[in-house]
Amino acid sequence: MPLKPMLAAGVGLLVAGLIAFALVNVPPGDAQAEYGDVVINNYSDDAGMRPVVFPHWFHRIRFRCNVCHAELGFEFKAGGNDINMLKIFDGEFCGACHNSEIAWGVENCVLCHTGMPGMRTRVHHSTSDRLVAPPSAKGQ
Amino acid sequence: MKKSDRLTLFCVVALLVGTAALAMAGMAVTGLAGTKKPGGQAPVVSIAQADTVNSPKKKPSAANTFNRLMKKPASAPHASPVDDGIHDPENSGTHLLQWPTEAFQNLPGTNDGNRVDWVTALKEGAIAPRYELEDPDAEAFTMDLVIVREVKGSMPDVVYPHQEHTEWLDCTNCHDEIFVPAKGENQISMAAILLGQKCGVCHGKVAFPVTDCRRCHSKPKSVEQLRALAKRSAWPAKDSGPKKQ
Repeated sequence: MPLKPMLAAGVGLLVAGLIAFALVNVPPGDAQAEYGDVVINNYSDDAGMRPVVFPHWFHRIRFRCNVCHAELGFEFKAGGNDINMLKIFDGEFCGACHNSEIAWGVENCVLCHTGMPGMRTRVHHSTSDRLVAPPSAKGQ
Repeated sequence: MKKSDRLTLFCVVALLVGTAALAMAGMAVTGLAGTKKPGGQAPVVSIAQADTVNSPKKKPSAANTFNRLMKKPASAPHASPVDDGIHDPENSGTHLLQWPTEAFQNLPGTNDGNRVDWVTALKEGAIAPRYELEDPDAEAFTMDLVIVREVKGSMPDVVYPHQEHTEWLDCTNCHDEIFVPAKGENQISMAAILLGQKCGVCHGKVAFPVTDCRRCHSKPKSVEQLRALAKRSAWPAKDSGPKKQ
């Protein structure tokens, strides 16, 4: 075998190897949630529903913080807003938009109640969530 | 042996050695690439994975891993809702949700948080979020006032721009509950921020995380300030012998 094809084969092998390594190197992890994804499980589990996953990123593309956190009165705290379905039906909290006019209506249960059952209320990847806690104090 | 045969033999040996070297380099490179990954926790991955790669060897005790308190790093950014670990793939609605990758494809990037530079995205018009629920044309009520907070030590001072914040938020979101609108009236510490107070009410939850130090600590101390600081913290203390130049 002449030298040049051999060299090409070597380089090809190397590149293929590197690509394979890069693919394998995608780290495992249970929470690949997006930064700022909020899990709300104040009442869901007890009511036999999946917890709600609220994607901040999706909403901030469409509305500035002002809309929900000033106009609609959402507190800056995961689980700190006493949201229930009755209030949503009445147009409070999520119901201000999720009314089939601005966004999908409340009949689409499975679009908001999408979380893994049993997850605790929290903001994913938040700094305080990442503070090291003794294993016994961890919620999950 | 003919000359061409010798050359072929040499090439084969070189290829084999090269492959082995490449495989090892591959491991090393992925380790390196890991450290460059956004999120800042990647080194743990490469070490954890090195363990699994060398599985025939005796594994070190699980009690003495590289950093037993460090959480496993979050995976590659922007997993789909189906496999991000928090949405239930068994729920039919999960499969209808938008992927972050799709939403973020034309937005300016950063290395942390959502890997989106939201302030620039808004400024450049890459996104056009409403400021008011009812009125699509409502303009943000902004204020152009920059606050510089002097901080301890050699850490650059914090520059706080009201402009960027009021593009998104209402005055009442911060004043007076989180920050008293008066100079010197607000005690802010990184400890408080890490616990989700003060700036940490948003930064480290939805706004860019606190690991991006220099986005806030952006005004370097002057040379004079740094000299004074060095003088004050000189070691050994003044009266304990001659000082080295």
